[in-house]
Amino acid sequence: MARAVVTVPPNARRGEIVEIKTLAQHPMETGFRRTQTGELIPRDIIRTFRCSYNGTEVFRAELHPAIAANPLIAFTTVATESGTLSFEWAGDNGYTVTEIAAIKVE
Amino acid sequence: MTTRREFLVLAAALAAPTAARAQVDPNLAANRKAAFQAALKRIAGDAPVRKGRVKLVLPPLIDNGNSVPLTVSVESPMTEADHVKAIHVLTEKNPLPDVVSVALGPRAGRATLTTRVRLADTQTVTAIAQTSDGAFWSDTAEVVVTLSACLEEGLI
Repeated sequence: MARAVVTVPPNARRGEIVEIKTLAQHPMETGFRRTQTGELIPRDIIRTFRCSYNGTEVFRAELHPAIAANPLIAFTTVATESGTLSFEWAGDNGYTVTEIAAIKVE
Repeated sequence: MTTRREFLVLAAALAAPTAARAQVDPNLAANRKAAFQAALKRIAGDAPVRKGRVKLVLPPLIDNGNSVPLTVSVESPMTEADHVKAIHVLTEKNPLPDVVSVALGPRAGRATLTTRVRLADTQTVTAIAQTSDGAFWSDTAEVVVTLSACLEEGLI
């Protein structure tokens, strides 16, 4: 269930702006829908997303029910040094996923 | 001849749609508008929100409101002295006005964000960016939604 995919270019020049795409597998249940018998389906969404570059936070997003299922988040960062980018998703019902990508900067 | 039982069943069936309609809040539009204004105030406080610098890209005609690609980009040098601190996306007619709030800094290189959103109705979507000097900039996009996201008819 808890799966995520990130796309980070493996190599980059120093100072280059690289595009990062992330996709998490999650239904993003809004909490506004009802079952056929009229009961409200409880909310189950990803609340926060964080991206850290060698331990320094470079991007953070707060998600709300209006984000589509399997949230796609694409953003950019400056390739400063070789190292790892870590991605963290956290949400309702104890949902947490961590993904790591390596980047080599020349 | 109609028995008493048949009559009661028929009466109940006729009464049901009326009851369902009664559940829809007559002040829905006003409440949504108030919620949008409250969200705007929470983000910007009393600071003025000016048009410009922000570019919000959404398809103008949307077949399926459940997944709409959205891109926000802000004109900014993204240096330590002058960068975009935050980007917020708000809607007017979704059950909740907030869509996404992003915190970024000079390490982002470019102030852009791409995601996919849900839209409950034909409406105006607003993107607001806060720059490091505390100013707020915004852009709006009008969208037409033919199939709304995850809500029953009449609740919109």
